[in-house]
Amino acid sequence: MIELKPKRNRESQTHVGIGMILLKFRTFIALILLIVFFSFSAPNFLTSHSLILIASHVVLYAILGIGMTYVIVAGGIDLSVGSIVGLSGMIAGGLIYEGLALPMFGVKIFFNVFVVILITLMMGALVGAVNGLLVTRFHVAPFIATLGTLYVARGAAMLRSNGETFPNLVGDPGLGNTGFPVLGAGNLLGVPLPVWIMAIIGLIAAYIFKKTPLGWHIFAVGGNEKAAELSGIRVKRVKMFVYMFSGFCAAMVGLIVSSQLVAAHPATGETWELNAIAAAVLGGTSLAGGRGTIGGTIVGAFVIGVLSDGMVMIGVSEFWQMVIKGTVIVLAVIVDQIQRNLQNKLVLQSRSAA
Amino acid sequence: MALSNTGEVCLSARKITKRYPGTLALDRVNFNVYRGKVNVLIGENGAGKSTLMKIIAGIERPDEGTIELNGKEVHFDDTRHAAEMGIGIIHQELNLFPNMTVAQNIFVAREKLRYGMIVDDKRHMEEARKLLERLEHPLDPRTLVRDLRVGQQQIVEIAKTMAQPNLHVLIMDEPTSSLSTAEVEVLFRLIDELKEQGISIIYISHRMEEIMRIGDYVTVLRDGRLVAEAKVKDIDIPWIVRNMVGHEASVSKPKPEAERFGEELLRVEGLTLPGRSGGFALENISFSLRKGEILGIYGLLGSGRTEILECLMGMHPEATADIYLEGKEIKARSIREQIERGFAHVPEDRQREGLVQTLSVAKNITLSSLNKYARWFHLVQKKEEEHVRNTIEDLYIKVADSNLPVLSLSGGNQQKVVIGKGILTGPKVLLLDEPSRGIDVGAKAEVFELIRRFASQGLGIILVASELKEIVSISDRVIVLSNGRLTGEFAGEQITEEALVLASAEGQRAIRV
Repeated sequence: MIELKPKRNRESQTHVGIGMILLKFRTFIALILLIVFFSFSAPNFLTSHSLILIASHVVLYAILGIGMTYVIVAGGIDLSVGSIVGLSGMIAGGLIYEGLALPMFGVKIFFNVFVVILITLMMGALVGAVNGLLVTRFHVAPFIATLGTLYVARGAAMLRSNGETFPNLVGDPGLGNTGFPVLGAGNLLGVPLPVWIMAIIGLIAAYIFKKTPLGWHIFAVGGNEKAAELSGIRVKRVKMFVYMFSGFCAAMVGLIVSSQLVAAHPATGETWELNAIAAAVLGGTSLAGGRGTIGGTIVGAFVIGVLSDGMVMIGVSEFWQMVIKGTVIVLAVIVDQIQRNLQNKLVLQSRSAA
Repeated sequence: MALSNTGEVCLSARKITKRYPGTLALDRVNFNVYRGKVNVLIGENGAGKSTLMKIIAGIERPDEGTIELNGKEVHFDDTRHAAEMGIGIIHQELNLFPNMTVAQNIFVAREKLRYGMIVDDKRHMEEARKLLERLEHPLDPRTLVRDLRVGQQQIVEIAKTMAQPNLHVLIMDEPTSSLSTAEVEVLFRLIDELKEQGISIIYISHRMEEIMRIGDYVTVLRDGRLVAEAKVKDIDIPWIVRNMVGHEASVSKPKPEAERFGEELLRVEGLTLPGRSGGFALENISFSLRKGEILGIYGLLGSGRTEILECLMGMHPEATADIYLEGKEIKARSIREQIERGFAHVPEDRQREGLVQTLSVAKNITLSSLNKYARWFHLVQKKEEEHVRNTIEDLYIKVADSNLPVLSLSGGNQQKVVIGKGILTGPKVLLLDEPSRGIDVGAKAEVFELIRRFASQGLGIILVASELKEIVSISDRVIVLSNGRLTGEFAGEQITEEALVLASAEGQRAIRV
């Protein structure tokens, strides 16, 4: 009997090992299952046309999700990203469509598209900085602070044009501001430009997360703010950074959307903050802070994108789509909890065994 | 060792076995609780004490074995059930709601009601006040627990259990680990009072002197097995140590020579910190520290001992003082600046202030010094890993893989991680606040060994400890605080337990004997 024991032990351990691997890559596995399912049930799912369509949606959730992951890992939340998408679209659209009016000189300045993009991204980071200041200097809870900017930014977007759309953002060769649609519709090596942008932002974000002091400081602040502060980490600066980065990502999404549509509408991006949060959570980011990966969030964005578009293609009604999406998100969190409990148990076991 | 001529058994655990996947936490353990006595349970960390207590308190269920209460076999479904049967437990880790008042905490889940539905706050306040007076800690029951110091919170925890009706058996898991000497005395008097009422106490502690003083029976666990039980009056401390570790541990060590001190490293003059509710938390405190010296700070809870370290770390920019580091005047305004100047701090509450639980062992070690491993903004992993490896070796941290979560370590090793984090910043002054709190005997000895080694390497060390024996044995010099004032300074032979206790009681307004 004694001889049997270690053997059984090892078996159960490898069992746990495989189980853990399956759990760890659950979102990825879910994504593959979804793709397989839709390829069979929707005949046009695997065509290049629909794949590009899906990708163009996924990119938006993914970039928002990356910024959101930073904020959530640092222990906060950013509800304002959807509004920043709308606002930045209006800023870029306005600058291209009617330029920057300077009444005191009676002139209108039209910027080159590249400058327009830079200005818009800076505005996004600036709104993020407002969030950061509210949270760090004025000690407003992140949920409330960003809820406030959600309304303010959306209102500002509406005010910019009185709720109207800026149409036809192709620019004017005479003014030297053409080329904006390239951002959303362009191609490089056969891959749409927005996908490149997502990949670059994702790589940089993942690099900062794992390979720079700043990244680990973000994890520390979200994991235990007090301990981080006592370790000499400049907690306020770290928080400012994550909100600014999230604002920057949202502005980038605003630019891509308005470029894809060749128009800027102030209501663009409503409730997208929820998709961003869902992508992060599906990817294993813990809302309690201190845990999350960029890769996970991107996979999470793919799950949401594939699920939404796939359901449209096989003709699931809009109402059922909502029910299914909500269920998937909650299930994902439940499985996440199960995995975490299992992991904690293993950790505690190794501690009592040591 | 067999026991003869014993008192009446009130609760007994029979052949309790508890398995966790991979480990056998308890192996057919028998444990008797004698009525109206203090039943001490002792063992190194991981010996199975907490598991056994959890089973008795209904938190966990045994895989095998039975529990008999007053001769009848009982099975507890949960803690509520165990509480109804008269079993109360005071956990080592505090289980309080910081956002609620003292009275609310005491009566939580046992609210007194008017008309069967309205919470009777008046009665809560009154009864809480009575309880706290009995505990000789007349805290205002309306105070939020968040605003209390750890020791005071411990008192609330005790009061909470005391409020439990028909209490037969009271389990105390290291109740004194965050109490000062005076508070321990109050607790001991309370234990005597409880014994007279026929309440049986199960007492878990690492402090031998306490056990010898208040224990009636002692049971020693080792590696999940019962190794010995005896009447306390029949045994001595070496007996306990022998049974705990399986061999005799060496206790004494020579006191280091004074010649090794270098020149003056730190001088603080007129340190004054305004108190939160008027008055001063620290009033005109002056002291100095030489290289290689271990300066102990002793004082009761709330005497300002922790605040001194906090001021030096720049956590209280509102404090005023003339601080000189190596002869140069500095202003302690921010934690980061102080770390860069060469201060390192090991805080009192390891879980809340020392560790980031979601990070690995390695990252917790390098957290304060990550910028040192960065070339521009890129982390040079090789250098970081090397320093982590060195730290783990230097501080004897027992860990299989430094990428494991920090919570997989035992308390003592977690503490060494926090110390390692401070040491990696390359400090000149090391501030330690209760470095031995909640860790087992073996780890304690190692931690103090490390502190001595750091001192011999020329670091200046300031150490706050509430256990007299510890501070007497390790300090080269001790300053004593009472109510935010410096009431004594002792060096070398003058450092005795009596002297420290006397000085710490000086100027205490509400002291009772």
